[in-house]
Amino acid sequence: MSILLLLSDMMIPLTIMGIVAYGLLKRDKVYDSFIDGAMDGMKITFNILPTLIGLMVAVGVLRASGTLDLLAGFLAPMTRLVGFPEEAMPLTLMRLVSSSAATGLQLDVYATHGPDSFIGRFVSVMMSSTETVFYTFSVYFLHVGITKTRYTMSGAILANIVSIAASLIITVLVFG
Amino acid sequence: MLNYLWAGMILLGIIVGALTGNLDGITNAALDSAAEAITVGITMLGIMAMWTGLMRIAENSGMIVAISQKMGPLLRYLFPDLRPKSKALEYISTNLIANVLGLGWAATPAGLKAMEELQKINGGKNVASKEMCMFLIINMSSLQIVTISVLAYRAQYNSLSPSEIIGPGFLATLISTIFAVAYTKFMERRVFGR
Repeated sequence: MSILLLLSDMMIPLTIMGIVAYGLLKRDKVYDSFIDGAMDGMKITFNILPTLIGLMVAVGVLRASGTLDLLAGFLAPMTRLVGFPEEAMPLTLMRLVSSSAATGLQLDVYATHGPDSFIGRFVSVMMSSTETVFYTFSVYFLHVGITKTRYTMSGAILANIVSIAASLIITVLVFG
Repeated sequence: MLNYLWAGMILLGIIVGALTGNLDGITNAALDSAAEAITVGITMLGIMAMWTGLMRIAENSGMIVAISQKMGPLLRYLFPDLRPKSKALEYISTNLIANVLGLGWAATPAGLKAMEELQKINGGKNVASKEMCMFLIINMSSLQIVTISVLAYRAQYNSLSPSEIIGPGFLATLISTIFAVAYTKFMERRVFGR
């Protein structure tokens, strides 16, 4: 555990060191390159700002409305049938649209049930194997002006459902 | 799709908010979120610039080419129609590696550059190419080997063994990623007919 945390603390410094050292080794004008690239990064960020605003407003409105809780309540009878922990449903839905809100709910679960409870473990596994689909989807596609996305959304949602199901089954099998 | 999704979220939110008498909350949420987006954007401006700066060093020094060549077989399987050594593949490999290592902030700029390159190949259409679909679906299926934040939160809440979920988490990630690739390959054959 402590080794992993140490490793993760070292991840960013080591990555930066590796890139700069390799650049020096290959006689690249590293600082010139950095500035050139940084300018590019600022342009990219500036370009995705409108997307970000639109995205966060939509997510904010949806969150505040309580729609996800309603949906979770609506899905509860079905999820109960397959042994899905009911309290984890809002988090599972929130995970798709907002990373920070999902983290808040994750911490709620830890505080209420403990990280070593069944639901605590399930939530941990689930958060490790899913992504904030809506963010990546809209930022990446809108950045290049794609509006017709074919089967991307269905693929991402299905992959997430598979993640959630796999998390549940694995948690049951491993921790019982 | 994106337009309907976005409109759907807003309309659904407002209608449900009105029915539950929570329109005040919606007003605040809309305004706060818009302001928050700029705060996030300013933070992002600095961090993204740092990573794209470093990425440019890695590009100019040939590091990215070297890495993407190491990933050759995998990339050829996922993106058989992209020219080897193309810019698009270089950015895609950078993005995938950053994702696997859990460097989310570094993955985003590389991913956006990859999308720009793919869009050039796509000829600027507004319809996603099959490479874009593959790239985004595997991106959204989660690739991170160890999600450090989960370990840190578990430790913070006094778990007896914060790291016990690493194996299960990795297995679930693996299953969903394999599913994502299989589903995308299946849809490619249906939509593009091969």
